[in-house]
Amino acid sequence: MLSGRAAVAGIGATEFSKESGRSELRLAAEAVLAALDDAGLSPADVDGLVTFSQDANQEIAVAREVGVGDLTYFSRVEYGGGAACATVAHAAMAVATGMARTVVCYRAFNERSGRRFGQPDARLGGQPTSQGLEMSWHVPFGLMTPAAWVAMFARRYMHTFGATSEDFGRVAVAMRRHAATNPAAWFHGRPITLEEHQASRWIVEPLRLLDCCQESDGAVALVVTSAERARDLRRSPAVIAAAAQGSAAGQLMMTSYYRDDMSGLPEMGVVGRRLWEMSGLSPSDIRIAILYDHFTPFVLAQLEELGFCGRGEAPAYIADGGIELDGRLPVNPHGGQLGEAYIHGMNGIAEAVRQIRGTAANQLDGVANVLVTAGTGVPTSGLILSAG
Amino acid sequence: MRNALTDEELHELAAKQTALGELRGTPAVDPVNVPMIRHWLAAMGDENPVYLERGLAPPAMAQVWTMPGLRRAVKDRSPVDELMAALDASGYTGVVATNCEQVHHRYARVGEVLTPATRFTSLAGPKRTALGVGFFATWNITWYAADDEPVAEMLFRVLKFRPREKKPARTPYPLRPAVNQDTAFFWEGVRQGELRVQSCADCGLLRHPPGPLCPQCRSANRSYAVASGHGTLYSYVVHHRPPVPGRETPFVVGVVELPEGVRVVGNVVDCPIEEVAVGMPLRVTYRPMDDELVLPMWTPGEP
Repeated sequence: MLSGRAAVAGIGATEFSKESGRSELRLAAEAVLAALDDAGLSPADVDGLVTFSQDANQEIAVAREVGVGDLTYFSRVEYGGGAACATVAHAAMAVATGMARTVVCYRAFNERSGRRFGQPDARLGGQPTSQGLEMSWHVPFGLMTPAAWVAMFARRYMHTFGATSEDFGRVAVAMRRHAATNPAAWFHGRPITLEEHQASRWIVEPLRLLDCCQESDGAVALVVTSAERARDLRRSPAVIAAAAQGSAAGQLMMTSYYRDDMSGLPEMGVVGRRLWEMSGLSPSDIRIAILYDHFTPFVLAQLEELGFCGRGEAPAYIADGGIELDGRLPVNPHGGQLGEAYIHGMNGIAEAVRQIRGTAANQLDGVANVLVTAGTGVPTSGLILSAG
Repeated sequence: MRNALTDEELHELAAKQTALGELRGTPAVDPVNVPMIRHWLAAMGDENPVYLERGLAPPAMAQVWTMPGLRRAVKDRSPVDELMAALDASGYTGVVATNCEQVHHRYARVGEVLTPATRFTSLAGPKRTALGVGFFATWNITWYAADDEPVAEMLFRVLKFRPREKKPARTPYPLRPAVNQDTAFFWEGVRQGELRVQSCADCGLLRHPPGPLCPQCRSANRSYAVASGHGTLYSYVVHHRPPVPGRETPFVVGVVELPEGVRVVGNVVDCPIEEVAVGMPLRVTYRPMDDELVLPMWTPGEP
């Protein structure tokens, strides 16, 4: 079993901005070095690197830049932001099996000043790869932005459960409230009201501007090593109590419109079941949830898939500040990607580590277990990090 | 400007012109003469001395002596002209000579004045040709010397055709699907006005999107069913921002549930956006996006 074998021993990040002014490789190198400094390790200790298949910085390039020598483990994880927690899962497996001793996971991009994921790309359906063919059932109809792909699920969720745009808006309001008191957040000091959410312009109905996360330049890196070794390092470890990847029957990249139900996220259900099984924990053991929030509606669906509430109950669950700092389940105390930054979910894992260490900007008390999820609507992944 | 005639009317006119029989034209302005023969021989590179030595015209010059020139008088009109003008007015504006057969009874001699006579022989068509749809018109000309002695005869046939319309090429629609051997049947179907759903030739399972193997029985024997074209809107979005290449915003994209049991994605069109609703009945329509791509779309339909 993987549970308890590995831990996150170091976290590092660049500043989060709209224009870093630096190359993506430089951002990656800066974050990796910051994470190693945080752990009290040197590049010479690193023998593994893991990143997203979408990352533009190859492992060998990052290794050269930061002065890492021999690598015995390197891998990439597919499906956009769904890779976030899986990079840590792969690193933990490598550590647990002896493939490597110290693995750094990283994600670096100029997603605002460089290629913006929210902009239509006519080449999406261009090649007859399995993904290109899959996109070809949607792109020709102009259904080609992440907001649009998610909006299709959101409409069905609203229809099935009677959810409203205000229910989505409450997620955005909570995230911006958390970010307002997080100095590292782009929206530090800038909370919003539900009225402002309702007045924001349509992007793709039923999603408004304030349902969509921001775009960011920046990088985050995480150092994974054995739990035993981590306990001897500079920081108190965030032990990986569970790590899981998930894809479900009838899965498509981000347009799983053809399977029985479109009102949930079955791939997150797969991840959730694995996390509970591997950790031996249940939703009531979770003090904080870091839920991937590129678009607000999927925060609701995740609460349901992970078992924090029943199907269709999320709108009631989040009402009255249910996911705010003093709520029944604080979600994304750093402000999430809606409030802090969009680093493809990696900044959320760093927040989970800080909460376990007790060093977060919006620190909560009694944090023993934090659940973290990766990109939604895509094949995804998740973690439970625990103190110890 | 003449009126366009129907094909039947063209044939009627041709019969009338044929019935006129042979009509004499105006005698040649100049007699058969040495300077023209000399120019012709030089232009053709014909070095045979017999023509100038004996005062004979090369047989191939038959048409030369009675060519009407640039200022043709109305009285010179032949039974052919009427029909040519009618074909032009009816859209058969293209012309190409297809046959020219000549019979030479004797040499024309220097000093002779030739007179042409024309009879319209036949009109055949309309026929489909590589150049376009058209009529083959045939007439005969005989050149007479004094005393009505025929010197040369010619059968001449032209194709008068309707030039293919050159449609201005539409701007290529930028959002093109990738297509391979697993999906080509679908796109071929929409070009033909059919919404095709892959079916397993062995177990009958319908599936969309299609793929190479039947997920139920592993069969690679594929067929397809043609969907009824009815559907129900299962979910939809209204795209406002950012701009999408080849599209005007806002536009609607829906997931449509078919009574056949599969879902397909397509645009909902010809419906005010505020009237689009989950559960609404839809009917498929096929919209050409450019000269090659047709997309299946959906309009409000009867339940």
